[in-house]
Amino acid sequence: MTTETSLSSTDLGAEQLGKFLYEMMLIRRFEEKCGELYTKGKIRGFLHLYTGQEACAVGSIACLEDKDKILTHYRDHGHALARGLDPNRVMAELYGKATGVSGGRGGSMHLYDVEKGFLGGYAIVTAHLPVAVGLGMASNMKKENFVTLCIFGDGSVGEGEFHEALNLSVLWKTPVIFFCENNLYGMGVPFHESLSTEIPKLAAAYNMPAVSVDGMDVLAVHEATKKAVEHCRTGNGPYFIEAMTYRYRGHSMADPELYRLKDEIEKMRARDCIVKLKGQMEEAGYLDEARFQELTDRVEQVVDEAVQFSEESPQPGIDTLFDHLYKEPANG
Amino acid sequence: MAEMRLRDALREALREEMLRDEKVFLMGEDIGLYGGSYAVTKGLLEEFGEERVIDTPIAESGIVGAGIGAALGGLRPMVELMTINFSFLALDQIVNTAAKLYHMSNGQLNVPMVIRMASGGGSQLAATHSHSLEGLYAHFPGLKVVCPSSPADAKGLLKRAFRDDNTVIFIEHTANYALKGEVPEDPDFLIEFGKANVLREGTDVTLIGYSGSVHQATRAATMLEEQEEISAEVIDLRCLRPLDMDTVVESVKKTNRAVIVEDAWKFGGFGGELAAQIMERAFDWLDAPVARVSCKDVPLPYNRNLEFAALPSEEDVVEAVLGMFKE
Ligand SMILES: Cc1ncc(C[n+]2csc(CCOP(=O)(O)OP(=O)(O)O)c2C)c(N)n1
Ligand SMILES: [Mg+2]
Repeated sequence: MTTETSLSSTDLGAEQLGKFLYEMMLIRRFEEKCGELYTKGKIRGFLHLYTGQEACAVGSIACLEDKDKILTHYRDHGHALARGLDPNRVMAELYGKATGVSGGRGGSMHLYDVEKGFLGGYAIVTAHLPVAVGLGMASNMKKENFVTLCIFGDGSVGEGEFHEALNLSVLWKTPVIFFCENNLYGMGVPFHESLSTEIPKLAAAYNMPAVSVDGMDVLAVHEATKKAVEHCRTGNGPYFIEAMTYRYRGHSMADPELYRLKDEIEKMRARDCIVKLKGQMEEAGYLDEARFQELTDRVEQVVDEAVQFSEESPQPGIDTLFDHLYKEPANG
Repeated sequence: MAEMRLRDALREALREEMLRDEKVFLMGEDIGLYGGSYAVTKGLLEEFGEERVIDTPIAESGIVGAGIGAALGGLRPMVELMTINFSFLALDQIVNTAAKLYHMSNGQLNVPMVIRMASGGGSQLAATHSHSLEGLYAHFPGLKVVCPSSPADAKGLLKRAFRDDNTVIFIEHTANYALKGEVPEDPDFLIEFGKANVLREGTDVTLIGYSGSVHQATRAATMLEEQEEISAEVIDLRCLRPLDMDTVVESVKKTNRAVIVEDAWKFGGFGGELAAQIMERAFDWLDAPVARVSCKDVPLPYNRNLEFAALPSEEDVVEAVLGMFKE
């Protein structure tokens, strides 16, 4: 793993750092609210919260340009918000409303916003890794030079498609960042019990450059992803990042959490990404109590507004049930 | 007899079979430490240990393939695929290897393996997580396909599956897990494959269901009796392969009408197979074309209203029956 980052080792200014902090706080609050709304029955189906892992989404996605693409797994709210999807419409999707980013059809696990290059949450583990390779082919063949950030969990590495995708990506030199958020568990199986080696070694075995970074440190994630983007953008093929992180909540809202002890969670919370960046910024004189309160209030307001927007949004009409089954030729 | 939920009846079956035969072992995603995604295997790791209750990586094709090998090597594996939606990743091993070896090897190799998976929509899990594929598996010769609808059936059929010398696809509808019912405690309680269950006798129409749809059919039968004075017979197929057509045909010859109820899509589905066989064997007894009540022809949406509109309901069944009596 790379060594401890400090503000002095980055060229990020107060504004950029403030943006990181705000985004991580927004995701944290948004997810906490989702948890509450789930217990009230406002959000249903499967809900996988992202609290604890915010630095991964915020640090990596900040390195992308508008033309770049993101594919991610079902724990996708954080990535959507970090990419700038409208929090109102993300929340409305969780409510199943017509105004949601997927029109209420997809729900929590299937968020899409093509205009933002956000090509989806994928709920079948590893399904999107080969898809990322194909996007990379399109980038190369059409000479569009966009990079695809493909985000997945540690649980993916046991699937055959993981290995197929890595191999293809190196063979065909596709500009894909394989970004593994290693939160130490699949659902309830510790990752070291489901993998006979270390994750970066898998990528290295396919001749793909691979690093492991502290995924609770937004600066470390940002630094690593910046390098990865540069590598992909300049025609060198794929790049692999393992971000070591932790989810504070259960796998989903249905998780009885029989497989881990509470003090493990407490230990990881001590390394919290928000607390860490806040401390670093205060030390550098970039943040004071008043400014932090301002951010807290803004986050609260954005989340409240998202809830209100979702409450007030209409249900999709039953007459739309058969919409979007096949794409018809454009008019004429 | 003891009253228990369907998930507990399944666990009892697994326990009893593991106690009876030390060659039986379980492997699957999150069946151990996590306690099983639907709590079916809860406590079994503690009771039987890591050798016989194996938490696997997320590797559906790999674990089904390994199950096949273990069976060839003389063990009696049960592989849990968590949900039927993930079985697509194991389809090649199931269809090209497990279902084919006995025939292709001219009877030299057989694959005694039980593959369990949860199935069905109705929980707002959206399109990727709401499949009903009982009929898909029934398409393949060489597989047995079992889909219980009550706790007693779940236990008797699952225990029976471990005594089979072939691969048994054992499908559990998620809406059924919490159902309560009386379950025999006799460790030799088995339910034979290929015997449909007449849940309710009637004279005017035969309602045929399997897996989750048995319950829509049963509720519809009650509504028909109370609101329309129509007497419906309800048949739970229990197994799609082997299929007990005799019971269905006998019933249709008595009632002269048949409605097939299924959660799956109608197009190219199992209901079409049933309708064709009814036509082949009871054409002269039919007073109306066989009707099918099934999922609307769309992937299941997350939104509650849309999902409910897509799935077959007891009201849809009643409507189909009334349509048969209109002239
Ligand atoms: C192919 C497939 N198998 C199983 C599942 C069920 N499942 C959903 S998430 C999950 C665990 C995945 O863990 P990981 O990749 O580490 O991601 P995390 O949930 O930790 O973010 C499992 C087994 C699935 N969705 N798809
Ligand atoms: Mg994980």
